[in-house]
Amino acid sequence: MNINTTKVISLLFFIFSAFYLYTAYQIQVFAFDENAPFNARTFPIYLGYAGLFFSGLKLILPDPNTIKVNHKTLEYKKTLILIIIAIIYGTTILKVGYFLTTSLFLFSSYYFLGERRWVLMFLLSFPFVAAFMYLLHGVLDIYLRDPFLQSIGVMG
Amino acid sequence: MIEGILIGLTTALTFQNILMVMVGCFFGTIIGMLPGLGPMTAIALMIPITYGFDPATGLILMAGVYYGAVFGGSTSSILLNAPGVPGTVATSFDGYPMAQQGKAGKALAIAAWSSFAGGTLSAIYLLFMAPSLSKVSLSFRSPDYFALMILGLTAIAAFSSKGQFLKAMMMVVLGLMLASVGQDSLSDITRFTFNNMNLTDGISFVLVVMATFAMSEALTIILKRNDPTSAAKQVSLTELGSIKINKEERTKMYKTIPRSSVIGFLIGVLPGAGATIASFLAYGMERNVVNDEEKEKFGKGSVNGLSAPETANNAACSGSFVPMLTLGIPGSGTTAVMLGALLGFGVQPGPRLYMTNPEIFWSIIMSMYIGMVILLILNLPLIPYIARILAVPKNYLIPLILFFSITGIYVMSFNNFDIYLMIGIAVVATFMRLYDFPMPPLILAFVLGGLMEENLRRSLLLSNGSWEFLWDRTLTLCILLTTILIVVWHFYKTIIKK
Repeated sequence: MNINTTKVISLLFFIFSAFYLYTAYQIQVFAFDENAPFNARTFPIYLGYAGLFFSGLKLILPDPNTIKVNHKTLEYKKTLILIIIAIIYGTTILKVGYFLTTSLFLFSSYYFLGERRWVLMFLLSFPFVAAFMYLLHGVLDIYLRDPFLQSIGVMG
Repeated sequence: MIEGILIGLTTALTFQNILMVMVGCFFGTIIGMLPGLGPMTAIALMIPITYGFDPATGLILMAGVYYGAVFGGSTSSILLNAPGVPGTVATSFDGYPMAQQGKAGKALAIAAWSSFAGGTLSAIYLLFMAPSLSKVSLSFRSPDYFALMILGLTAIAAFSSKGQFLKAMMMVVLGLMLASVGQDSLSDITRFTFNNMNLTDGISFVLVVMATFAMSEALTIILKRNDPTSAAKQVSLTELGSIKINKEERTKMYKTIPRSSVIGFLIGVLPGAGATIASFLAYGMERNVVNDEEKEKFGKGSVNGLSAPETANNAACSGSFVPMLTLGIPGSGTTAVMLGALLGFGVQPGPRLYMTNPEIFWSIIMSMYIGMVILLILNLPLIPYIARILAVPKNYLIPLILFFSITGIYVMSFNNFDIYLMIGIAVVATFMRLYDFPMPPLILAFVLGGLMEENLRRSLLLSNGSWEFLWDRTLTLCILLTTILIVVWHFYKTIIKK
């Protein structure tokens, strides 16, 4: 059976809207606000119904412009690796520090995307991040937490 | 008024003030190009410096930074599809595809000339209409704003590609839903946070825009095995950075610029509306007025599609000075920061400003002209070099886009959660983009969500819960009828004509 993915996304959006609407009704408002013409839950409730309406219409009405994606041609492996590297980067950036994690993130991303020019990879990671960090931290005075550089005495 | 203009010219044309405009434009452009650092941040960074000058010089510096940052934002939108500020989101719709076709220099030049023309024209409108426009902007009430936002959101959905209306409306609702996360602005009640403290302040604009545009674009390129630099590789670096605009393109711009500058300026004058709505409305309007052949090019590198939002967002920047200077009401977040600086100087903006402090009022207006000229002189020669970013190989460009996106969020919040959230939104957006769910309506809705709720709240409270406010005032009714007309016209064109 050929499933129309746009309809599946619409169905997921319909379920999401229903959940959003249910959560909107659960928003706690002050007792004196309960019967006010507008309170913290009014707008979300309208949004929930709007979501149900539009996704419902998309589900019911015929889809003349069906989008067909050939999944066999998609590069899932590299995309997934890149996402995982980004998550690891996000996890370590606060604990290890901006300089080391960002440089390693860039270096490993270049590597997994197929780059093998080691000198260029190095130049566009460690020295590049150092220069960028100097611009943010040194010139624009934007604080960048970096326990690693602090531990080796480079950053005060 | 002539006397005022002369006072303004005398003040603006001093060596110190011209230098300030130049410094402001230069730093603004650089800061605006960095993701996460828009005009608001750029001006905020300048405030401590401005306190060393007199009020007129300080404000001239800030105005220069403002224009520079808006232009810098357009550069990252065009080259990397990474709009750092809401006002330049619409620029990426046609600017990025144009850059992908190996015409990065041309796209940047069109943006620069359109910005220049939009800013200059609106400075002329400002010169003649500032006092009377302040009265018009005061006549806009909450129901009118609410209707205007409905018009903006419906228009962007209706003007999306053929057969995309429902998908676009779903994205509008999703954008509004994302905007509703966090504390309710009036009662401080938390909504949709699921007891997660990181969501109490809501989701930041930069996070959503970086996730749905820059990051998801990078992931889509990898997923689809596209090479964004392929077109750039096929042309020489000279051609890639070429800023030549041919006669046909110039003719298109001559028609687009005047109408987009008017719409941009008028929207900019409305307090709270600003460059974002102006650029989206100008884009939508332009798509509606061009012929069918040109309409097909929208979203694929149309000259009109790039010129319209660029003209409008700069025109709106000048327009937003009207409520700030004449009423003391900031027209945008950026002018709110400038208003704070103005109050810090001990200057009270309001209807009497151009009588009590004519040198401040008129010198800012005069410095706008000078700022626009300087911005053009500074940026046009740099375009061939800036455009070469696209000649960077894909294996380097993609990690660098991801790096800029994550850094943009990191410097804003120093929070792991925001990075995870951004990656999560980017993954969902990448999947939805595969099936042609448009992202621009989501962004516009996200930006307008808070304002829309605020205006609906006021309208409903004033009308005691009745929806009659939608047709009580002629202005509201007119805006609403325009919205209905747009939807009906869209369905007429897509369904009945077929």
